[in-house]
Amino acid sequence: MSLETSSALQRAAPRLMADAPVLTMAGMSRAYGAVQALRAVDVSVYPGEVLGIVGESGSGKSTLLRMMNLEDTPDNGDYRLRLPARADRNLFELDRYERRMLRARHIGIVYQNPHLGLLMHHSSSGNVAERLLVAGERSFEVLRSKARVALDASEFPLARMDARPIELSGGMQQRVQLAKAIALEPSLLLLDEPTTGLDVSVQALVLDTLKRLQRERRITMVLVSHDLGVIRTMADRVMVMRHGAVVEQGLADQVFQDPQHPYTQQLVHAKL
Amino acid sequence: MNANSFILRVQGLAKTFRMFHLEATLHAFEDVSFDLSAGEFLLLRGHNGAGKSTLLRTIWRSYLPVAGQVLYQSRHGEIDLANAADVDIALLRREEIGFVTQFLNARPRVAAQDIVAEPLLLAGHERTAALEQARHWLDQFGVRRELWRAYPSTFSGGEQQKVNLARALILPQRLLLLDEPTASLDAGARAALVSRLAELKAQGVAMIGVFHHPGDVAQLIDREINLGTRVVAPAQHEEPQYVAV
Repeated sequence: MSLETSSALQRAAPRLMADAPVLTMAGMSRAYGAVQALRAVDVSVYPGEVLGIVGESGSGKSTLLRMMNLEDTPDNGDYRLRLPARADRNLFELDRYERRMLRARHIGIVYQNPHLGLLMHHSSSGNVAERLLVAGERSFEVLRSKARVALDASEFPLARMDARPIELSGGMQQRVQLAKAIALEPSLLLLDEPTTGLDVSVQALVLDTLKRLQRERRITMVLVSHDLGVIRTMADRVMVMRHGAVVEQGLADQVFQDPQHPYTQQLVHAKL
Repeated sequence: MNANSFILRVQGLAKTFRMFHLEATLHAFEDVSFDLSAGEFLLLRGHNGAGKSTLLRTIWRSYLPVAGQVLYQSRHGEIDLANAADVDIALLRREEIGFVTQFLNARPRVAAQDIVAEPLLLAGHERTAALEQARHWLDQFGVRRELWRAYPSTFSGGEQQKVNLARALILPQRLLLLDEPTASLDAGARAALVSRLAELKAQGVAMIGVFHHPGDVAQLIDREINLGTRVVAPAQHEEPQYVAV
């Protein structure tokens, strides 16, 4: 049989989905010295869906997530978020202040390493409140009550809300990061290996919290992980990256059950 | 018969799997064609390996077809499932097309009743009413009351299967794909399943099913197709033909 007749049919553009994507990236390229970290990557994420990005270290997945969080800029590329009452423009054209405000208001992130996301020696409730402060909230009562709501939604034990992250377990630190990330009901929640390094049982509990939040609040999420089990549990759609390029994308069950690219087949078979 | 009387029209559908590490191609089925109308129940026959489950999974789009069309009349208009965008397929899975297997995807720390209620919640139903319906269906499928708030990850295979069926059938869909849902069910749960399927069929839900013992659903079957020979025949309950693909 020829190669052509054994390849999957080319997929059409969306026709039934009435909503526009929340996130659109087009032609994202970035080189660091001689290393081409991203090669013309396009991404769309629709309201309420979880996009999983999987790949080995060096695949470009974390670089892409940093771009989504406006922590870095590409050599080329266009990035738009569909936000209430905001002009549609390439977010890489924003100045530093505008970026900072946009991040505080509309993008939440949970890092693998809690030190990147939290002030380890301030109270947990203070860490969450800080995000609200940046966004302009000043009333102590409101700050405290909103922090409490966000921590509770992240299934953080409220009796410990004034404990400092440095005193907490890894799983609890991730819950504080999550509370901080969702306190302002962001349009986009970014998860960078959120459970890597946690014990398996703790990992399951954190994933379950994420799943519940996604179900109840329909938060649009982008989840980066090298762990296929985590991606399989969480993602609606999956993008597989290698050497800075997207080698395959599809519905999560399809990518795992009928992977099209040799690299994805190797990944899936290695895991199963 | 007018051109739009079918809900699903499959034409020349083919599926092969390329296995790069073996440098081999596995042929699952080719040139499958049939029409399905609302309220119709189509049984897929064929020997083991004829591609019955593979066909279901290809229509569901867990597998990507390599040729053909799967024209589906959605509420939003006609769409070809063979090449539809992933987000369109995801939308149809939430709203119109269901897949029923014998396996439950249990998640840690999610109670049986919450797993069953989830499709209703995703479709925007109110929580209290959704949980009430979930408990009704758990009861119908014979899951004991004291298990409703427990976590199914620790249930026996049979009990997990009942939870899965309750979940899969709680939200009426327009098209149901049934992949051996009766396998290893006890008699009570099997009767509940058949009666629920009959009820949905009467409401106009179209169904395509693979059954190890088609006798379980004999009264539901309108037509059969044999994947070995790919001949569409009226419903008969004879031994499956063994024809190599």
